[in-house]
Amino acid sequence: MSKLVVRPHVENFIEWSKDKPEVVVMTADLTNSCEVGKWRDTYPDRFFSMGMAEQNMMGFASGMAREGFVPYIHTFAVFIYRRPYDQLAMSIAYPNLNVKFMGFLPGVVTPGGVTHQAIEDVAIMRATPNMTILDTADATEVESVLDVAHSINGPVYVRMLRGEMPRLFDTPMVFNQARVLQEGNEVLVITSGVMTEEAIRATNALERKGVSIKHLHISTLKPFTDPTVLEALKSVKQGVITLENHSIIGGLGSAVSELMTDHNVGKPLIRLGLKDTYAHGASYQYLIEEYSLNAISLVRAVESLLDIDTNLTESDLVEARADDITGDSKAEAL
Amino acid sequence: MKVDSLSQSLNNDWITETQKIADRIRVRGFDYVMRNNGGYLSQICSSAELFALLYGRVMKLGTSTAPMIPQPFVGVPSNSNSEFFNGGAYNGPVRPEFDRFLFSPAHYALVLYVALIEVGRMAPEGLEAFDTDGSTVELIGAEHSPGIETTTGSLAQALSQAGGIALARRMRKEKGRVWVMMSDGEFQEGQTWEAVQALVHYGLDNVGVYVDVNRQQCDGAMKDVMEIGDLSGKLNAFGARAFDVDGHDLEALNRPAELEPDGRPLFVLANTDPTRGVPRLMDNAPVLHYLRFKSEAEKDAYQQDYQKMAKGIEL
Repeated sequence: MSKLVVRPHVENFIEWSKDKPEVVVMTADLTNSCEVGKWRDTYPDRFFSMGMAEQNMMGFASGMAREGFVPYIHTFAVFIYRRPYDQLAMSIAYPNLNVKFMGFLPGVVTPGGVTHQAIEDVAIMRATPNMTILDTADATEVESVLDVAHSINGPVYVRMLRGEMPRLFDTPMVFNQARVLQEGNEVLVITSGVMTEEAIRATNALERKGVSIKHLHISTLKPFTDPTVLEALKSVKQGVITLENHSIIGGLGSAVSELMTDHNVGKPLIRLGLKDTYAHGASYQYLIEEYSLNAISLVRAVESLLDIDTNLTESDLVEARADDITGDSKAEAL
Repeated sequence: MKVDSLSQSLNNDWITETQKIADRIRVRGFDYVMRNNGGYLSQICSSAELFALLYGRVMKLGTSTAPMIPQPFVGVPSNSNSEFFNGGAYNGPVRPEFDRFLFSPAHYALVLYVALIEVGRMAPEGLEAFDTDGSTVELIGAEHSPGIETTTGSLAQALSQAGGIALARRMRKEKGRVWVMMSDGEFQEGQTWEAVQALVHYGLDNVGVYVDVNRQQCDGAMKDVMEIGDLSGKLNAFGARAFDVDGHDLEALNRPAELEPDGRPLFVLANTDPTRGVPRLMDNAPVLHYLRFKSEAEKDAYQQDYQKMAKGIEL
């Protein structure tokens, strides 16, 4: 994997906050774990340690938002939507307050196990009125998601990445606008978050095998009204595959399914993701293989959809991994 | 007249006036419970003095900017609803020098509406929409309801919200305080203690909390449902500044609010009688939460209690 970036949020968030005195940060005992330790040291008057008390943190954030501040809550995603959901819904989402939830460790990116893996967060947040949902896939999106979140009046939930990550894209995230990563007319592949990098490994190899794939990357999961997606759903001949770092219930796959149903797009749809199961503590590579979220799983899904055998194996995909995606040849698509 | 006795007489004046407000809150509230064929009567009995004191004496509020007759429901807050109207406007404009009021136990809404009427912030006719379809004068209010700035019907959320508002106001060096009205049942919720912990940690002495300690909750007496024990002892152990007072003694209720803030959040624990003025409610013990008439005869008896209480009070 080329163009690996390390902890882009640390410096970017500090620089970005410089001319935004309304931005405050709250965390529940996960300051360095969510890469805001240096932010705290840079802006100590705007940083509020709330201790291990997420329900109260939601209320404090709501109060500050009512007063015109914009709290950026930094904690693990599970501690945003699971533990204090009633507070999130009643104190923040109902009054449509300007609180931004930076939810780290989406899906199975963490070896932290079931307690730390946010696998149904998108489902719950999609069902929450007034909520906007953004998903990040690389360093560029981790950086540019701040402008998108800040431009929205109301609560925004962000699936945030930390630590090492690739830089797949060289243009910033645009609200409610899919990225067209590959053009094709047989199969539509729709992915979001870290799954996009996996999918690129597969789509590159499949392209070389002569399979025509259109690949869309989604960074706005709610609202889900980008006309690009509906046009793509209508345009492909054989069917659609979604791949998400999340349960197949309520997330990207469900959103696509609803869109197809609402617009009478009758085509086969395969939803790849966690199949109504919790996961467990293990490495990311191990888990995406175990739960069929990796590139080869996408290849098998394409084969199943088209009833073909590409003879592709895992070893064919490693080389294809994300290397050429930021190159000039693909810049127009990214 | 000596200065001392003058101030004594002025002092007695506010108590007399505020007690009148409390008495009228009880009568008008009781009236609506009878009209509605039942309701949260016990809460009116216990907290009439508390609301009268907050609105009549303690809170420094500007003039209401809301219509005297509450407007109908125009939808929930959202980016597509530009008509949304916040009920906090009944407590006056949001300004640095003014206090704010957060109302935690939303099922006390009738007491709040009646208090607004008795202090001239809402017209008596406005209450005719109480608990009717399409009205904002809801049985359990939300932030479109008169006097309600934040949505708190899911109990124990207002104290944290108040903490955020108080923190923001302190950052801007505003003079106004943030008053919260709570019920004692909310001290069973973990969030309340998370909030107390944070208020103390950040030294938010611009928060003042009045608690109706009636020792009652939905299922019955708190001692049987879930005992919370020595509330002031617990609060003081957390580092808060808590006072136990007689919740029907206006002078005692008022005294803590007159103290200079000292770095600690203030809690005034108003120990109240849940059947104050309507002793018949004890027939329903241990469950006093919501009055439902079991027979016409029972309703008649309450109607007679009401007539007796209302005697000499012109609404």
